[in-house]
Amino acid sequence: MKLKGTEIFLKVLEEEKVDIIFGYPGGAVLDLYDQLYQSNLRHILVRHEQGAVHAADGYARATGKVGVCLVTSGPGATNTVTGIATANMDSIPLVVFTGQVPTGLIGNDAFQECDITGITRPCTKHNFLVRNIEELASTIKEAFHIARSGRPGPVLVDLPKNVMAAQYDYDPANVKIRNQEAVYKPAPKKMANVLDMLNAAKKPLIMTGGGVILGKASDELTLLARKYEIPVTGTLMGLGSFPGTDPLWLGMLGMHGTYYANMAVSHCDFMLAVGVRFDDRVTGSIETFASNAKIVHIDIDPSSINKNVTIDLPIIGDTKATLKDILRFLEEHHYIQDADSRAEWLRELAEWREKVPLSYCQNDEVIKPQYVIEKLQKLTKGDVLITTDVGQHQMWTAQFFNFDRPNTFVSSGGLGTMGFGLPAAIGVKCAFPDRQVVAIAGDGSIQMNIQELATAAQYNIAVKVVLLNNEFLGMPRQWQEMFYNKRYSHTDMTYAPDFVKLAEAFGVIGLRATKPAEVETVLEQGLAADKPVLMDFRISREECVYPMVHPGGSINQMTLGSREMIN
Amino acid sequence: MEKKDHIISILVHNKPDVLARVAGTLGGKGYNIDSLCVNTTTQNDISKIVMTTSGSQTTITRIENQLQRLVDVISVDDLTNVESIHREMVLVRLNLTAENSEAVKNAVDTNKWKVIVSGDTYVIIEITGDKRQVDFSLARLEPLGITDITRTGLVALTLED
Ligand SMILES: Cc1ncc(C[n+]2csc(CCOP(=O)(O)OP(=O)(O)O)c2C)c(N)n1
Ligand SMILES: [Mg+2]
Repeated sequence: MKLKGTEIFLKVLEEEKVDIIFGYPGGAVLDLYDQLYQSNLRHILVRHEQGAVHAADGYARATGKVGVCLVTSGPGATNTVTGIATANMDSIPLVVFTGQVPTGLIGNDAFQECDITGITRPCTKHNFLVRNIEELASTIKEAFHIARSGRPGPVLVDLPKNVMAAQYDYDPANVKIRNQEAVYKPAPKKMANVLDMLNAAKKPLIMTGGGVILGKASDELTLLARKYEIPVTGTLMGLGSFPGTDPLWLGMLGMHGTYYANMAVSHCDFMLAVGVRFDDRVTGSIETFASNAKIVHIDIDPSSINKNVTIDLPIIGDTKATLKDILRFLEEHHYIQDADSRAEWLRELAEWREKVPLSYCQNDEVIKPQYVIEKLQKLTKGDVLITTDVGQHQMWTAQFFNFDRPNTFVSSGGLGTMGFGLPAAIGVKCAFPDRQVVAIAGDGSIQMNIQELATAAQYNIAVKVVLLNNEFLGMPRQWQEMFYNKRYSHTDMTYAPDFVKLAEAFGVIGLRATKPAEVETVLEQGLAADKPVLMDFRISREECVYPMVHPGGSINQMTLGSREMIN
Repeated sequence: MEKKDHIISILVHNKPDVLARVAGTLGGKGYNIDSLCVNTTTQNDISKIVMTTSGSQTTITRIENQLQRLVDVISVDDLTNVESIHREMVLVRLNLTAENSEAVKNAVDTNKWKVIVSGDTYVIIEITGDKRQVDFSLARLEPLGITDITRTGLVALTLED
């Protein structure tokens, strides 16, 4: 049967089990939107294309499925770039469809033409320009396959208007795509090496990252750590891959890692690093990073191995399959940890934890951001999906909220994109309408995609924004305090809208807390509402995130903040 | 670590943009491409890119891994330490004048250079060889008055599969 390009598009999306797309129309995709008009596919109309990509990204991070966007050509397409780069840095599977001018006009500087495949080549896993109707179905299918296979990532598909209007005999049985799936190869020799290293180790440490969440390997990692009493630290992207309330959990490592996690890294003699890429915010100075340790690095992407840190034993493979193999091998070879040395190591870690715990000082006058986060955890009993923006509030969330389950912490790690939190929360809430979804936002960041409050209001997507409002671009301000003699050059955000009124103007509930005593009530009220809410918490303006490793410094050299603040 | 010239042979799906992807991957990550040759293989839908670059072994391994990540890349091989034949070609144009024409003729004869075409005021010579041979010939041609050259990149083929 002959079908139009737009019909084939929807058919393939259906075959790929897409249940929601985030988009924004325009001339080049009006035929597609006309097709959507008659379709049951759920479409969320965002207010800016960047919001569409972040929403699809949030959806993907929370579900593990591929997030999908549809935007028009030219400016619609260029508006997606920040979102795509965000997903690319964190290996999030997306398929972004962009409209394009008719093939005959490509290259002519036609109205709203832009070379979006050229622009996004370095920030996508792959991209396609569909040149004719014959390739349409297979290209879309391949895009989904590429997005989710191996190390996942965003794929862009550029759809010229005339291709979508053309007709073609579509038969799903005839659609062939290239297989990109990495085949897992067991490596018994390497397993034996791991066993030897573990046997020799007195101070083993697991470092978990985003690859454990993407690879759905949390259960295996948790089992391994608990069974053999190996303490665990994690990167920002790894939060939730090991239970944050488990005594073996040391918290995040790196620039704003806990004192004890960073000390553990510096003192461990064996490190099992799983699904991480040793970002410079994580390692600090490379020379001193885990310098006493033999490092085993498991990652699906060979280009991650030995990129920053020199690895003693690389294992290239799917994190889940590899951890399963390690568990089986240790079991078969009757590995048991040496109880004495393990107890000694755990005692050492406990001492560091006791010496410098994560702490802050809450008085009666000014709300501390950490207090809001702890209260949020208490009131939700941790049963909540959290997104963040980027800045101090993001680091406090990572430090003070204990994430027990994977896919519950959604944050832009690699690119560090301000304005990510609200649209990402919208995407998460669309995937889990019955769960509590909270965006922990900064006053600077929220203004970058504040327009998405209209999206939340229109569809009654009941996300809760916890705005940690310090009237500063707090993170750069902290650097200016520490490294630039308190010269607060252009980081003061005192001139800001009244966020409560602004929320109301968007049709969203607005609440405010200015005193510590109000925090709990506002949170309770906000969390109980079945509508989107923005809670404006006026927090201590010059609170800093501690500990802090100075950029490029050794991970065990931390500024701990003024000690008198620690009760 | 010691920096060395490397010859990398890359098999790719012959898709639009594939060259831009390969070149962009290297350029975007700050690696240099010294020379580049691209054409189809015996299969029309598969192309071979032969590229020369330089760097330490770590850098080269990174380049190989980065390229391997590209969806359209089928395989990446470093031919530097593999038994292989290397060739490149240069077309050289010399200005012929009353003063140099005798010297040019002699040099062409002694070096067995191949003259492709010659006119009253110019001669175009083809030189083929590995990098060392080509550099050697160019050094000899230099004093004779080169007006322009075009040099292909290096191509390479392993002796065995
Ligand atoms: C799009 C973008 N622009 C600039 C930055 C640099 N930057 C990092 S954090 C930050 C300040 C964030 O301010 P706010 O959202 O209020 O969070 P706070 O640090 O105050 O908690 C800035 C400007 C960035 N990460 N992203
Ligand atoms: Mg702020």
